[in-house]
Amino acid sequence: MVAMLRPAFAMVGSMTLLLGLLVPLAFTGFAQLVLPGPANGSLVEAGGKLVGSRLLGQQFTGMRYFHPRPSVTTEADPDQPGGTRAAPYNGAASAASQAGPTSAALLQGVTARVAEAGPAPVPADAVTASASGLDPHISPANAARQVARVAAARGLPEARVRALLAAHTEGPEWGIFGDPRVNVLELNLAMDALP
Amino acid sequence: MTLIGWAQIALVLAAVVTAAIPLGRYIAAVAAGRVTFLAPLERAIFGLAGVEPARGQGWQGYTLAMLAANAAGFVVLYALLRFQGLLPFNPQGFGGLSPWLAFNTAVSFVTNTNWQAYSGEQAMSYLSQMAGLGVQNFLSAATGIALALAVSRAFAKGGVRDLGNFWADFVRVTLYVLLPLTILVGLAFVAMGMPQTLAAYAEATTLEGATQVIPLGPAALQIAIKHLGTNGGGFFGVNSAHPFEGPSALATALQIWSHQVIPFALALTFGAIVGDIRQGRALLLVMLGYVLVGTLAVYAAEAGGNPLHLALGVDPALGNMEGKEVRFGMALTALFTATTTGASCGAVNAMFDSFTPLGGLVPLFLIQLGEVLPGGTGSGLYGILVFALLAVFVAGLMVGRTPEYLGKKVQAREIKLAMLAVLVLPATILGFAAASLVLPVAVASIPAAGPHGLSEMLYAYTSAAGNNGSAFGGLTADTPWLNTTLGIAMLLGRFAYVVPVMAIAGSLAAKVKAAEGPGTFPTHGPLFAGLLAGVILILGGLQFMPALALGPLAEHFSMLAGKTF
Repeated sequence: MVAMLRPAFAMVGSMTLLLGLLVPLAFTGFAQLVLPGPANGSLVEAGGKLVGSRLLGQQFTGMRYFHPRPSVTTEADPDQPGGTRAAPYNGAASAASQAGPTSAALLQGVTARVAEAGPAPVPADAVTASASGLDPHISPANAARQVARVAAARGLPEARVRALLAAHTEGPEWGIFGDPRVNVLELNLAMDALP
Repeated sequence: MTLIGWAQIALVLAAVVTAAIPLGRYIAAVAAGRVTFLAPLERAIFGLAGVEPARGQGWQGYTLAMLAANAAGFVVLYALLRFQGLLPFNPQGFGGLSPWLAFNTAVSFVTNTNWQAYSGEQAMSYLSQMAGLGVQNFLSAATGIALALAVSRAFAKGGVRDLGNFWADFVRVTLYVLLPLTILVGLAFVAMGMPQTLAAYAEATTLEGATQVIPLGPAALQIAIKHLGTNGGGFFGVNSAHPFEGPSALATALQIWSHQVIPFALALTFGAIVGDIRQGRALLLVMLGYVLVGTLAVYAAEAGGNPLHLALGVDPALGNMEGKEVRFGMALTALFTATTTGASCGAVNAMFDSFTPLGGLVPLFLIQLGEVLPGGTGSGLYGILVFALLAVFVAGLMVGRTPEYLGKKVQAREIKLAMLAVLVLPATILGFAAASLVLPVAVASIPAAGPHGLSEMLYAYTSAAGNNGSAFGGLTADTPWLNTTLGIAMLLGRFAYVVPVMAIAGSLAAKVKAAEGPGTFPTHGPLFAGLLAGVILILGGLQFMPALALGPLAEHFSMLAGKTF
């Protein structure tokens, strides 16, 4: 075994140099050159300012905007050392509820959200937290239920908002992979861009 | 469940099998030293290490070299994690990890488990990710494949002592199999939206005026090897559910393909090495059958939704969406779940902890069956070969003949060693889980009350000993007790398993290869495949039934009775 240590450390050392530095650095350079948009996080600017990433959900609570799914991400609580407090869509700390199917706390949370959400049936994505806490999408059914509110808050005809929503509803990729969905940030940006 | 859902599942699995056929032959060519397009680089590494790649090693020499390489990998990774605060490529200024967490993480990545008691974007510097965790993603996968090649060679010829050279297999598999595939898949991942940059995290001002941190990093390449090597350790905390780690349904489909293609290909590599491709095909079909059944079970359970929520007026159309992302859809979420746990990968695109009880039972049970369906890169193949030996032994008992597999007589020594290996998993899982369910220091880590709490603890040791790495994430895992005992479980699951397997290989290699006769039990047909599937279910699964009854099954009936905890 001792005689094997020299080859072992030489092997791990040379592989670390190759696979841990040379290859990733060269790959990063190449990706930055040919695919700078996605390689840098699919960032979205509006009016010259960075407003987010196309891929990351962000929190919306105003009546004028479509709302994303519930998010259970947290941040450090300044009033309580070592503790955390709710901070939905905190990009620095992706997290899920990790609540089990028979969790009383989860049932309580879903009950409260269903009560807020209006008439049944309520789309499941509107009352459940995503796996990442950063889900950028909602289901088309969830979005459709928000059209009246957004249209009223903006003083727009509902048909106009509905048309914009339809234009931002994405079907399955390659016509087969994944579910229909609406990117909330992109839809809200388009709402803001309406004259 | 929908037709388009099943079409997605069929399409991804068809792409896996289609690619596995040529890839299996290619890996066999690499194993034979016939692939040489990076020969100068290969020679430089062999020269630096002072090894002679053409010199054969017996099972002890091969195993010792493997242990030495893994020990060195552990030391380097542990040091990197402890001292990352003093090292470059750390734009967020993360400090070193605690000794417990660094031990747990280093063991986790060296054993190809990738259990994570930390959250990537809140703890790891870019150097630790690239040069520490990323490198072990390659090397632990190469270790598994090398061991599988050595075990395969034991069946190829009769009366030989050497099983190949570990260093040669280790380097060639890395350079000719893992590296090219990783670069190709990594580029596709960047195009699909995964970041690949060394820049610090960005800060955006949201449309409503809040500040949002956007985590970044050299992610895409590491995510590619994380799947191809069935490692599964997420760059970001929530793994492939993170929008940067699983940006789309297409990306999740490619990830599934990536963590299935090498384990399936290796079954065919085995066929090529023993000179009878039908033998590999039989193993592949057993693996594929289990993947399909597992996917069906998860898909049905999750698409049905949580009855407690449906009773409140939640629309059942989307299924159980707690802990799931909208973009993947339930079909690909189910396929991802069954494949990542069947393949010892452990990456997740949804949170198992929030699955319905039966939906969560499937990933748990797939790991407990021994991580052979199709199992990790390499570990899946040598694992299923152990079950194959036990299957011919059972068949031999039934007809009163000395069992043979590929012309090699399977005798008492091999069966004892095989049972020793197969018992490592239940002993480790049930032993540690039982202790942790009564020790107050461990019980404090369980947040969930009722049977779900038991499932969380059982899942943790199952995942660690099976070298899977997925979790019921509610468990507070970053404690000295769990970091240490889970680390030990990972080491046992990897090394206490593989040493007896290599001893079997050594013993079989030395035996003469008997010619096929009229009394030979064919090991490429449906009868053998069915027998093998049954042996996996009974020997791998049965001892876990009491534990599963106390956890997921008890929770299922509580849920149907409307009881919460």
